[in-house]
Amino acid sequence: MLKFLARRLGALILTAFAMTVVVFALTNIEASLRKLAVSEVSSRATPEEVERWMERSGFTRPIPVRYAEWLGVAPAYVTESDGRLYGRCVRQGMTLADVPRYCGVLQGDFGYSKVLRDEVSAVIGRSLALTGKLMFWVMLLMVPAALIVGVLSGMREGSKLDRTLSTFSIATTATPEYVSGVVLIAVFASTAVGLRWFSGTATGAMEDATFENFFLPVLTIALYGVGYIARMTRASMTEVMTAQYIRTARLKGVSFPNIVMKHALRNALIAPFTVIMLQFPWLLNGVVIVETLFNYKGFGWTLVQAAGNNDIDLLLACSVVAVVVVLVTQLISDVGYVFLNPRIRVS
Amino acid sequence: MKGQSVAEVDEPILVIENLSISFFTRARKIPAVMDFSVTVRPGEAVGLVGESGCGKSTVALGVMRDLGTTGRIVGGRVLFKGRDLAAMSDAELRQVRGREIAMIYQEPMASLNPAMKIGRQLMEVPMIHDGVSAAEARERAREVVADVKLPDPDRILDAYPHQLSGGQQQRIVIAMALMARPSLLILDEPTTALDVTVEAAVVDLVRGLREKYGTSMLFISHNLGLVMDVCDRLCVMYSGEAVETGAIADVFDRMRHPYTQALFRSIPLPGADKTSRPLVAIPGNFPLPHERPRGCNFGPRCGYFAEGRCDGADVPMGAVPGDDRHFTRCLRSGEIDWARPPAPPVVAPRLPPGDVVLRMEDLRKYYEVAGGMFGGGLAKVVKANETLSFEAREGETLAIVGESGCGKSTLAKVLMGLETATAGKILLYNEDIQDTPIARRNTDTVSSVQMVFQNPFDTLNPSMTVGRQILRALEVFGEGGSEEARQARMLELLDLVKLPRAFAERMPRQLSGGQKQRVGIARAFAGGARIVVADEPVSALDVSVQAAVTELLMDIQRTNRTTLLFISHDLSIVRYLSDRVMVMYLGHVVEIGTTDQVFSPPYHPYTEALLSAVPIADTRVTKQRIVLEGDIPSAMNPPPGCPFQTRCRWKGRVAGGLCEREVPPVVTLAPGHQIKCHLPADVLAGMEPVIQVAAE
Repeated sequence: MLKFLARRLGALILTAFAMTVVVFALTNIEASLRKLAVSEVSSRATPEEVERWMERSGFTRPIPVRYAEWLGVAPAYVTESDGRLYGRCVRQGMTLADVPRYCGVLQGDFGYSKVLRDEVSAVIGRSLALTGKLMFWVMLLMVPAALIVGVLSGMREGSKLDRTLSTFSIATTATPEYVSGVVLIAVFASTAVGLRWFSGTATGAMEDATFENFFLPVLTIALYGVGYIARMTRASMTEVMTAQYIRTARLKGVSFPNIVMKHALRNALIAPFTVIMLQFPWLLNGVVIVETLFNYKGFGWTLVQAAGNNDIDLLLACSVVAVVVVLVTQLISDVGYVFLNPRIRVS
Repeated sequence: MKGQSVAEVDEPILVIENLSISFFTRARKIPAVMDFSVTVRPGEAVGLVGESGCGKSTVALGVMRDLGTTGRIVGGRVLFKGRDLAAMSDAELRQVRGREIAMIYQEPMASLNPAMKIGRQLMEVPMIHDGVSAAEARERAREVVADVKLPDPDRILDAYPHQLSGGQQQRIVIAMALMARPSLLILDEPTTALDVTVEAAVVDLVRGLREKYGTSMLFISHNLGLVMDVCDRLCVMYSGEAVETGAIADVFDRMRHPYTQALFRSIPLPGADKTSRPLVAIPGNFPLPHERPRGCNFGPRCGYFAEGRCDGADVPMGAVPGDDRHFTRCLRSGEIDWARPPAPPVVAPRLPPGDVVLRMEDLRKYYEVAGGMFGGGLAKVVKANETLSFEAREGETLAIVGESGCGKSTLAKVLMGLETATAGKILLYNEDIQDTPIARRNTDTVSSVQMVFQNPFDTLNPSMTVGRQILRALEVFGEGGSEEARQARMLELLDLVKLPRAFAERMPRQLSGGQKQRVGIARAFAGGARIVVADEPVSALDVSVQAAVTELLMDIQRTNRTTLLFISHDLSIVRYLSDRVMVMYLGHVVEIGTTDQVFSPPYHPYTEALLSAVPIADTRVTKQRIVLEGDIPSAMNPPPGCPFQTRCRWKGRVAGGLCEREVPPVVTLAPGHQIKCHLPADVLAGMEPVIQVAAE
């Protein structure tokens, strides 16, 4: 087991490394750096001013060197000009003596977000906590709902109940969040219909989430995922229900509810389990639309900000977080598999 | 419960009266069982025999009223202890299922819930039906597990199904059926998926339990020999109908239906070989449910068919005068001379074997299995083949016999080049091929060593016509210079395997199992194969088709002088068609010799047990009953010394525990007859024959 975990951890680090190399190279394309310079200096900056800014910020040096600095394996670049210090380790109020020699990821420093004017680690921590909160409630609503719908429709394939629930699942999966979100707001949070049950914005939920201000974003995301997981569960359930051991149970005299609960359920959950675990990475990045729609400044919103403004440090941190979340959830799903399915031994 | 059934001893447990079951699909109604009647009395075991698709399993599921959403009982009654099962509510039915009628299934692995511990699956039965506590249910489960002769019940109860062997799983399924002491047990091909010696042990167990509990049984099987071993009465089914019912002795010795007779004539009996009692295949094919003929269903394939009578109206069941409850569905049963032997066949003379074409010298094949992740990564070695030495001559049939895990498939793989040998030599026409994988063999070698596979259903590409598949083989082997030449050769090959030329255009799904196997044979012979490895070529086929396919293989062999390596676990068919026999156990050749040498004493103790395990459908045969204890040891962890010592009943006759220390040397008993055994010569000489045919 330990060996397995160590191997997976190694894979995680390697993937994160490869991912950051790619993101670093893409965010450091010279054209976008110049664009950054223009927005940093002034919109009417002359080419000379841009050039000077680039030089001062250290962007004219080769990419591998800068990547090593970001990683924290090479001493960071610091320069002084016009009595001000420039460089990735420099923070407000520092003198040259205060500036640390290394300030990369390995030292736990993810850098400074130029757009949000804050430490990247603080920004990421805040937005992850917010998205985590959203994710938690979405999962709490989506997973049980999807499993119930899937099991109910899969236990008697072709019945009226199955057809009704299948129609529902297909409809919800086929409706993207930007449609269902808008519809839900129009119906439940606007004067258009008049049912002003919920709030159309989740800004307040960042501080203090209530049913009133948080339910609509949660529902919007959950609805989309419910259909998908329910379809997977249904397929797995219908297959299990035709298995010979279900016939064995039936001919032992086990009642139908007990067949479903005791004999079919655990076997039927093996396939959807992977899909559910795959929802985590999707939730992390896929909630962009919903977070924007409800003005909820979570991870997706932050990622959009970072990408839109070529906020190098923030983007890199986002990609590291994304890789870690994906691989960790997959690790959890592999371990969980072993508990669901006794035939599989971790190896 | 038990006390009552003794009091009502005369009332039958189960009465099926004129039962008809149909399946309803969108296109049509498919009658699966028609006008079927059978009675099971208390303590009686009734066999239900027939080929696949004849409706015997449907009868069983009809009794359990578990026909799915498409099946329905459309006529007749099923009375269980006088109560009509068809009229029961779901709740009443649940009371009967598991408690009064229990079922044992064909595939034990699939019948057990993979994600539930054995103990819980067993405990469920008394907990549902008798409302006992979990502790008491577990206690009862322990008893029953001990009853089905499984060692270490506590460990078994805490195991998951996949941790047990096939034989153990089947014992668990039997234990589960016995948990509530049912009065009727339905066994649906309970041993088909098991090895012969395991099958013999399970059958022995079933018989013992029947004596102990007095349970009535409905025993479904396609194997007449097994039915004779287990049952008092039997019912032969054909195409949805019962064609003959009666006591075992009546039906076996005085059959009164042409189908029953044809069935018996198509199975090889160990008392006879191919010259003295040739197999007679039943001509034609099993009719599909919607293509059944008018009148007698067996009419078109029957040798006694009388036009105008047999194809007139439906044939009713009629009593056979003089016998007790012996019925047949044949209009002409009184007119046919049942004792007349089948027409003597054109006996082809046995060919003298030619030169040695294949020689194996000390062949070994070891597999390395990586240790589990908890095992610290220690690699284990599986010795799949140990020091195999034998030779095969041109035109000869060498049978390789053994149970699963004995290494016979590994041997075939090494010979084919799918694996390379670890040590030793394979000489094909004096050319070393042991180290050449199939990808590097030249076309000549590949086409001269070919294989016929066990399961014809999986080995044909489902999206390619039959003709195309044979043409592909011809192209690969570089046969024929042009497309036309190959086309002509393909049609010749279809002739060779006795398939109509029109079949070239058909897709595999349009063919029956026997026809598919013929295509497989045609493909194997496409490149003029010199050596054909036939891996259980008929075991997946129905009895009546087996004979025809076997006959075909022999015919082709005779004309082409092909060397046939016939891998099988069925000793009856081995005796019937092979010239020499090689018996394998855990990777070792334990006995090799001519067919007569191997099938008569002195035997290797394992051969003796194998012979005893074969069910024989002949009332004149008496055989010694030797039941092997336990399972075949794992090849990962073979026992020290002689591989067979853990199950050998002769071990005590070897002095000084030699069997546990040393692998026995190869002893030559007679020219060409070798065994690997420590037994002294006088003990071997004193062995009795296992199978004896009473003089008529």
